[in-house]
Amino acid sequence: MVEIIIVGGGHAGCEAAYASAKKGHKTLLITSNLNNIADMPCNPHIGGSAKGIVVREIDALGGIMGKVADKTHLQIKMLNSAKGPAVQSLRAQGDKVAYPKEMMNTLKSLENLEIKEAMVEDLIVENQKVKGVILENGEKIESKIVILTTGTYLKADILVGNTRTRQGPHGERPSLFLSDKLRNYGFQIKRLKTGTPQRIDRKTIDFSKTRVEPGDNKYLTFSFDLEPQYKIEDQIPCHLTYTTEETHRIIRENLNKSSMYGALDDIEGIGPRYCPSIEDKVVRFSDKERHQLFIEPESRYYDDMYLQGFSTSMPPEIQEKMVHSLPGFEHAKILKYGYAIEYDAIYPTQLKASLETKILENLFTAGQINGTSGYEEAACQGLMAGINASLKIEGKEPLVLKRNEAYIGVLIDDLITKGIRDPYRLLTSRAEFRLLLRSDNADQRLRKYGYEVGLISEEQMQKLTKKENSIQECLEWLKENKLKITNDVKQVFLEKNIPLPTATMTLEQLLKRPEITVEFLENFITFPYTDEVKEQVEIYLKYEGYIQKAYKEAEKMLKLEKKQIPNDIDYDKVNNIASEARQKLKEVRPTTIAQAIRISGVNPSDISILSVYLKKEYGKDE
Amino acid sequence: MNDTICAIATSQGIGSISIIRISGEESIDIVNKIFKGKDLSKVDTHTIHYGHIIDGEENIDEVLVTIMKEPRTYTKENIVEINTHGGIAPTNRVLELLLENGCRLAEPGEFTKRAFLNGRIDLLEAEAVMDMIDAKTEVQRKMALNQIDGKTSDLINELRSDMVQIISNINVNIDYPEYDDVDIITNDVLIPKITKLRERIQRILKESENGKIIKDGIKTVIVGRPNVGKSSLLNALLQEDKAIVTDIAGTTRDIVEGQISINGILLNMIDTAGIRETEDIIEAIGVEKSRKSMEEADLILLMINNNEELSEDILDLIKEMKEKKYLVLINKIDLETKLDKTQLPVDSSKVIELSILENKGIEELKRKIEELFNIHEIETKDPTYLSNSRSISILKKCLKRVEEIEESIKNNMPIDMIELDIKNIWEELGTINGTTYEEELLDEMFSRFCLGK
Repeated sequence: MVEIIIVGGGHAGCEAAYASAKKGHKTLLITSNLNNIADMPCNPHIGGSAKGIVVREIDALGGIMGKVADKTHLQIKMLNSAKGPAVQSLRAQGDKVAYPKEMMNTLKSLENLEIKEAMVEDLIVENQKVKGVILENGEKIESKIVILTTGTYLKADILVGNTRTRQGPHGERPSLFLSDKLRNYGFQIKRLKTGTPQRIDRKTIDFSKTRVEPGDNKYLTFSFDLEPQYKIEDQIPCHLTYTTEETHRIIRENLNKSSMYGALDDIEGIGPRYCPSIEDKVVRFSDKERHQLFIEPESRYYDDMYLQGFSTSMPPEIQEKMVHSLPGFEHAKILKYGYAIEYDAIYPTQLKASLETKILENLFTAGQINGTSGYEEAACQGLMAGINASLKIEGKEPLVLKRNEAYIGVLIDDLITKGIRDPYRLLTSRAEFRLLLRSDNADQRLRKYGYEVGLISEEQMQKLTKKENSIQECLEWLKENKLKITNDVKQVFLEKNIPLPTATMTLEQLLKRPEITVEFLENFITFPYTDEVKEQVEIYLKYEGYIQKAYKEAEKMLKLEKKQIPNDIDYDKVNNIASEARQKLKEVRPTTIAQAIRISGVNPSDISILSVYLKKEYGKDE
Repeated sequence: MNDTICAIATSQGIGSISIIRISGEESIDIVNKIFKGKDLSKVDTHTIHYGHIIDGEENIDEVLVTIMKEPRTYTKENIVEINTHGGIAPTNRVLELLLENGCRLAEPGEFTKRAFLNGRIDLLEAEAVMDMIDAKTEVQRKMALNQIDGKTSDLINELRSDMVQIISNINVNIDYPEYDDVDIITNDVLIPKITKLRERIQRILKESENGKIIKDGIKTVIVGRPNVGKSSLLNALLQEDKAIVTDIAGTTRDIVEGQISINGILLNMIDTAGIRETEDIIEAIGVEKSRKSMEEADLILLMINNNEELSEDILDLIKEMKEKKYLVLINKIDLETKLDKTQLPVDSSKVIELSILENKGIEELKRKIEELFNIHEIETKDPTYLSNSRSISILKKCLKRVEEIEESIKNNMPIDMIELDIKNIWEELGTINGTTYEEELLDEMFSRFCLGK
């Protein structure tokens, strides 16, 4: 019998299917179109600020997004490399043909996974427990657990100008009935919206009028296990151009033809704040003379170029004018027009931290159905849902990552605690402990969990232990060794205008100085350690004060995290809580005081009252 | 559910009536049990009723009872206030009766704590209420009122909103690193912003010092050799202002033995006992004692004798007090001048000649004190600043952090590291008006509150 059914083959579905099958559970992945497994219907890149760190975290836990991206990308770079280590993040230009193909191959190699093309119309539910799915043709498939990863397909509408068409991305068939069924089971459903820009024929763009944005000149990988799978010189560049005054004029004059500005009067969906359409940008930031646009290649295998930053729901004839007003695009041929898409999602406050729903047992949801946006956000939820569904079958406690352990923990906690207003994108500013959640230390933070749940092998674990030991050794070595101040050394220090060290200064002390790096010291002395060890040691020494402070802050939060709120608490019996707070607490039902504090609309005074109530009613020390 | 608490809300034994306050769901029922008069359970809210407090058959006191039903009350709970006759005995008797009938004695500050917890007032306001109760002068009252109005909160919020703009801009830079059409905050751009922030915090702190003077008064000590006239000066000052002469332990740890109001600012005379004792004690001990008091004082009044030559120990004292605000008083100008004023190593504007015996120079002394502390300015200005030491110490901590940021910028720390520091200060500032949740803070704050409100 099938143990876990996953509905939807996008980035969340793939990770969920991989995790559950890899953990040895008989898994069935149902997709409405076998050709759309791991599809990238919108932007062609993977990673980005914060998101790149999530991909590293997925890899650390034993997921696959990072490896598939490493094997197929067109270019890769480290963002924020001039800033501190905490905000550096990888971003790769994916290949929309190669990535899905590689993903499909990875999934096909799994013994316990079966992939089926079908449309799921309903769930089998008995006594608020999910027991499987019902297909469009009436066929019932039973399972222990169902994970919904339906993306933007629930009651999807494509909006272009004044037309609304019930279809999913690329004109795919949407899921027409599932969201109504969920509503009937008691779920609150929210309408969301997002958009995508035009695809332009590469051959018709005059790139001489644009700026080249190449990949980094340094080998980089998402995965902790893979060597680079590409050649630096083979990377395909992106390009940069800007909107013109003419573009803005066209948009302003035709604003009422945009679906979002009056052409359609039945828009319910709330679009993402951080990813506005070009109409929004022109209207809301009217004092800006121009807006940046990135021209991104979608694949080695075809000519579509993605026009990042130009997302729109104008009718095709206006889009033609808009595109032709851009420098380098005078004669550009539009291969696909931009559109907006509206879809149904569930309120994520209806989920537990494991991503199982509170309303129906054995039902998990992950990805855009939970109100997020982005491939990485979807993938990490899929991974966690896959892991926790498996753990539930195994009779084990769910794996819940804390806010000080992973961006994944921040994301899921935000979703289930704060809910969403518009599609949720991960940002570094959402993490209060970003200094701990770095790209470089994802393995040290999370591999152990991947190992515990069985997605990380003994061998991978040994590799990490070796690295960690080597870091310790290196720190000792720096304490014990000094730099010999020869005339040559003096010369270099003077040239670089760096104050000369004293003869008694250890290498450790030297590295703590802001102007001295490992790279600089290697002019005089060889460090017998690998690059990644040197990197860790340098970060540790340079930012020790900050890192220690972050640990202390995290400690404080963990203390509040330990203050459990019993499951059976009746908030109507807690006197004097403000009514908004009471309603929010009843909705979210936080499991700890720390989580309660993070709920918007719950004020410090409410928390004080709650603490006092808990002490009194449940006798234990908060 | 909250239990019902009670306490005597007025100073015990002073004044012609005492008020006992009861707050909690059962407060009306409990008072009704010991009240002879109308049935209090049936009266309208916010009404006053005449009657007697009884213990069985025995009449304890003739009282007026105010009934205020929730939620329009100070604590947002049912509140009853009993006005008894002033004496300690009957008031305590009524209190005991309440305790016997189901009330619990309120902990220090518990009424205000309930008002805060029930969402009626924010943290700064809660502190202000306590200040209000203690207000002895008009300026103090105005300042406390401002704080209750949330004006001080606004001051902090303003500071925070400036910071949040910097923080969000840096965050946009971090999260959208590829966009070059957003202002990029670099360390160079940040420097003037941080300088401005530092200056603003410094200004608030400086003004808050005035606020502290309004609230706590000026700790004043009179030093000088025996028989120079210290106690005469004290008596002269005190006599002029009998209305507020008290002999109580003050709010601070120091023993305040006399309070004098100068244009609404309190002069707290400390170590007056020392003065009186030293009149008879040998010189050495007297000087030693003076030194100790000087350390604690905000204002030192050094008294020397016009009829004596300047001695070494006086010169030593002058050296020691130069760090503080001080005035040199030359007493006994009615006697023959043996003192050579030109030998005094102080500015002549700090010197006042007086004769306490002939009541000369006292007014000038007061005027000089006013000048020294800008009392006129303090009094006329809109007194919106932080006046309690918790807020001030948080602000001082923030100032230190801002200085650390300036250091980090000098050391070329990456901007995202600096942002962490700025955010930290922003959060810290939030604890001043309770925007940030800090449980320890609540405990510390409320244990400091005075009993009864």
